[in-house]
Amino acid sequence: MNEHPAQHAAASGTQVRLTDSTLRDGSHAMAHQFTEEQVRAIVHALDRSNVAVIEVSHGDGLGGSSFNYGFSRVDEFDLIAAAVSEARQARIAVLLLPGLGTIEDLRHAREVGASVARIATHCTEADVSVQHFRAARDLGMETVGFLMLSHRTGPAELARQARIMVDAGAQCVYVVDSAGALILAGAQARVQALLAEIGSQAQVGFHGHQNLSLGVANSVLAVQGGARQIDGALCALGAGAGNAPTEVLAATFDRLGISTGVDVQGVLAAAQDVLRPIIPRMPVADRSAIVQGYAGVYSSFLLHAERAAQRYGVPAHEILQRVGEAGYVGGQEDMIIDIAIQLAQERNDEKTLQPL
Amino acid sequence: MNGKLTAAIVGPGNIGTDLMFKLLRHSASVEPRYMVGVDPASDGLARASRLGLQASADGVDWLLEQDPRPDVVFEATSARAHAASAPRYAAAGIRAVDLTPAAVGPYVCPAVNLDVNLDAPNLNMITCGGQATVPIVAAVAAAAEVPYAEIVASIASRSAGPGTRANIDEFTEVTARALEEVGGAGRGKAIIILNPVEPPMIMRNTVFCAIPAGAAEPGPQRDAIEANIHAMVGTVRRYVPGYGLRADPQFDGPDERWRGMARVGVFLEVRGRGDYLPDYSGNLDIITAAAAQVGELLAEHLTAEREGSRA
Repeated sequence: MNEHPAQHAAASGTQVRLTDSTLRDGSHAMAHQFTEEQVRAIVHALDRSNVAVIEVSHGDGLGGSSFNYGFSRVDEFDLIAAAVSEARQARIAVLLLPGLGTIEDLRHAREVGASVARIATHCTEADVSVQHFRAARDLGMETVGFLMLSHRTGPAELARQARIMVDAGAQCVYVVDSAGALILAGAQARVQALLAEIGSQAQVGFHGHQNLSLGVANSVLAVQGGARQIDGALCALGAGAGNAPTEVLAATFDRLGISTGVDVQGVLAAAQDVLRPIIPRMPVADRSAIVQGYAGVYSSFLLHAERAAQRYGVPAHEILQRVGEAGYVGGQEDMIIDIAIQLAQERNDEKTLQPL
Repeated sequence: MNGKLTAAIVGPGNIGTDLMFKLLRHSASVEPRYMVGVDPASDGLARASRLGLQASADGVDWLLEQDPRPDVVFEATSARAHAASAPRYAAAGIRAVDLTPAAVGPYVCPAVNLDVNLDAPNLNMITCGGQATVPIVAAVAAAAEVPYAEIVASIASRSAGPGTRANIDEFTEVTARALEEVGGAGRGKAIIILNPVEPPMIMRNTVFCAIPAGAAEPGPQRDAIEANIHAMVGTVRRYVPGYGLRADPQFDGPDERWRGMARVGVFLEVRGRGDYLPDYSGNLDIITAAAAQVGELLAEHLTAEREGSRA
């Protein structure tokens, strides 16, 4: 068991912190329907497996409960409070997208016990997060910056954006592959560029998706490129084809001699015995999800596109393709309906144009 | 007085300059006379001066020393600057039209509630997203109860200035309150998204109003909602020509995912008039156009008042 050849291949002794996002990114795949009982069971299993940070929020972050993103079944602050009371060692993190959630939401999350603030912006718009990082630090929270849809800009510009976040108070900045569109060297180059820019003051993280089945491989390359915080979700539960699975990350890193402190058997059990019975379906790289990775579309658009497809009678993958061409960014779920209406209209026009 | 209202614009940035062009080009009853800033090197001050306005970098102190003082001041600085200046304008008897989120005075949307506020010394223009979406919520609320309204404003990154970026919570909070206070929703929620795509995207706004289940079914109430929305779009277009619907209003029946609410979804596009700013920045255009419209209506009101008092 200990004599695995891969152990000698890389980064032996490297310390990496895993953050599990089953209860945040996974909320997309659950249409934001997690119950308090489910949250307690999942936090319990992750916490006892020594996962260091557990993120709990609506999939679109604090304040995400809405027509546009889907309403939460249970108030997210109640879910955060339940997670805090269940965790013995893990810290509870929340996600906030400026423009959607506010400092008031962050204060509320802090009051119910969240201690890590993860603040997310589109990869070129970091300056909208300045007030939120300052507020998070003032609240005594650990801070993490999230540069979403990182494939949309190059390493140098991404590093400049990370600098803005660090100057505002971020203690770590993530390369976030929201579309699952980064491919191996492309992921690593971004991590390295961030490390060169902010490495003396802050850590670098990586958040991978499975749309092109590269979430775990990209995460390994990110660690080898210097990332020290990595995100996963049990059973890959997350937007699109899902996230890099926490249990696969833990097992793979263990074999590579990358220390996460996570009990591999514990997270395997958490995924198999706790999460699987809860979830309606395992995330899968089906046609629509692959199109998201291929066209660079925000992963959480998937279920919204499927619903719009049903409502307007047009294929989801065509909607997603069109979303990619239009360059819509995270948060613009309303544009999915707009596109579905346009597609339905175009089909209607074609029908009426056909000769009898 | 030559029948025109005299105006000062405080804040010679993008918004102030676009407003100046709108008043110079399109206004029959408001004459921009002063442009006020704090930076002698400001392009906006130099431009205003070339166009015949009296321009100064000596701030509000300078403006208040002018003889005659303006009838109205349009504030295009920041919430903090306006909060400091507002009492001084009021003391000098100058009406203030506030394009910052300071909210010293009542929220005003010319298509909805200007008539009830024409005597207020200070009028607040809400936000760009508020000017685009509050009229639609008000139109729906005139035909059906709206317990909850939610809007999503998408704007081009290039059209979001440093003020908006540094304080984006102000946008969501002010807009949400205006959806309630002016739009008539029981509860309001606002979301703003910056999109950097090139070429820049035209400003878009989506409005979702929760409505009674019956109002989402074909019938007279739904017809009334639809007619109100179309009429309101026509009203706003009178002062924002690039304002329009992307599609007919979309009605959806009660859904468990929406906590059992039914809804109407309205998809809007706002193309700017290109007076100074590029046409994709409909977000900047709609607030300067709304402020200019407030100026027009104030001019009519004050002229009528003066004539009334002379008689």
